[in-house]
Amino acid sequence: MGKFKLITKGLVKENPTFVLLLGMCPTLATTTSAINGMGMGLATLFVLVLSNMAISATAPYIPDKVRIPAYIVIIAAFVTVLQFIMQAYTPAMYETLGLFIPLIVVNCIVLGRAEAYANKNSVIDSACDGLGIGLGFTMSLTILGLVREILGSGSVFGFKFIAGDGILAFVLAPGAFLALAYLIVIFRKVTKMD
Amino acid sequence: MEYLIILVSAIFVNNILLAQFLGCCPFLGVSNKLSTAVGMSGAVCFVITLATLVTYLLQYYVLVPLHIEFMQTISFILVIAALVQMVEIILKKISPSLYQALGIFLPLITTNCAVLGIALIVVTKEFTFGGEPHMLNLVESVVYAFASSLGFGLAMILFAGLREQIALNKVPKPFKGIPIALVTASILAMAFMGFSGMV
Amino acid sequence: MVLCLGVICLVSSAVLAGVYALTKEPIEAAAAAKTNNAITQVVPEFDGEPELASIEADGQTYEYYVVRKGGEVAGYAITAAATGFGGPVSVMVGVTADGIVYNTSVLSQSETPGLGAKCTEPAFADQFRNLDPAQTKLAVTKDGGDIDAITASTITSRAYVNAVNNALAVYKAITDGTAPDAASGASEAAEECQSQETK
Repeated sequence: MGKFKLITKGLVKENPTFVLLLGMCPTLATTTSAINGMGMGLATLFVLVLSNMAISATAPYIPDKVRIPAYIVIIAAFVTVLQFIMQAYTPAMYETLGLFIPLIVVNCIVLGRAEAYANKNSVIDSACDGLGIGLGFTMSLTILGLVREILGSGSVFGFKFIAGDGILAFVLAPGAFLALAYLIVIFRKVTKMD
Repeated sequence: MEYLIILVSAIFVNNILLAQFLGCCPFLGVSNKLSTAVGMSGAVCFVITLATLVTYLLQYYVLVPLHIEFMQTISFILVIAALVQMVEIILKKISPSLYQALGIFLPLITTNCAVLGIALIVVTKEFTFGGEPHMLNLVESVVYAFASSLGFGLAMILFAGLREQIALNKVPKPFKGIPIALVTASILAMAFMGFSGMV
Repeated sequence: MVLCLGVICLVSSAVLAGVYALTKEPIEAAAAAKTNNAITQVVPEFDGEPELASIEADGQTYEYYVVRKGGEVAGYAITAAATGFGGPVSVMVGVTADGIVYNTSVLSQSETPGLGAKCTEPAFADQFRNLDPAQTKLAVTKDGGDIDAITASTITSRAYVNAVNNALAVYKAITDGTAPDAASGASEAAEECQSQETK
């Protein structure tokens, strides 16, 4: 598969949110606004690319029996690095996303890519795969965040376009489930993948 | 009294699944059948309570005294993974019937974010259960973890029951599977919002 | 097998310790910048660095910052918290030397987005700008005070008012040298609100 295809497959064909339905916790919890969704997506992208590369490089030396704990340690190390960087340079975003940054460790997308792709492909290919899936995840979270922000608070990326409040439920928990449900349906209809 | 507030707050008001979105993967993944949902809830309940107890001790008796709090994420997840393995081995030895009921869910639990999530919440967040904001002590932490896992079980079992009924009905084709489940979850979350403000 | 896992753990810890050492300073700088920002927002113009001081009262230690202009005290930035809807609402309250609330700034809160979280917006928070506690009754209108609560978020509004009252009590203690709860009207009002909230 060409590098370009590797990177773009995550956007539609293997979109982690709308098609593979992975990593639902951060998807539902952090998308109260477009910018929050995007921040979460980019944070996951960072960990995904680095952990994919590290796992691809070390996989031949890791015995099969302990591979899952080994992968988890590698992923957790990168997540902690990300925590430090965010605390230092984007403290406001770090506070908003809060708990869901350390929880990237248990995001099934990251471990899933390690197990399904990175441990049997080259470092460069794994990096592209991580980038592709990460971009797909970022795109989905931004769209979901955007939809919830428009309906819930009547603004786009923080710029208000209607005075007053939106439909508050969309910022709260029920709206997260509902918005995601309808986005998946629309995605299925548009890509004719039902 | 305070423990009662923790229980009500964690089970109903701040339900771990429907208000905090922790543990959504098994919530959507293994909620097709009521029996599997019950099994999963039991296993999660067991692991969350035990894991929180161990990670709480790890945080305050190892990480903080040694000033290596930055190892928090990595050590917590390793402890949880090891714990799940141990529970599996012990359960196999002492209670084969319980192992049969919960066994297949145990490997899935390591990557259930509810477990790591609760373990991290109790050592990082201040709570205000009936008083001044404060960090939880050991007993409160364990009660909070147990209550949260009960909340997980409640939401999970209700949801599985609903999904079993939905499976009998006609659903528009693009809604089949996860989307209709999400719509159901949305209504369930709305129902749970009725509890807000209770504590 | 164990060796391999051990090596991975060792290497990861070493990398983490390295990154931790590298980012330690920027993290501290970011935290300090946040505090400094909040201080400059809530007190009148000053020169020099804000001084950190603390006062013991009720067995609790309250930390606050003193700012000076031309050698004289220009104001105090006092951090106070009260129990809100989703957890503690922590507010930095600036009080001038003559006891006027100059401005307030929310340090941390976990209130509902779109409802209680609006306490950070000017529409609500600006009510505490240039407020004379002797002229204004610090309580929400529902409790007979002069502060308009955020629509549908009375508990958050009360928490905010309570935090300001707590800060004023600390201010009183600083200036009189007495304990905050020594029959000061402000803290009595705060207690009244708190007891209503728990009901």
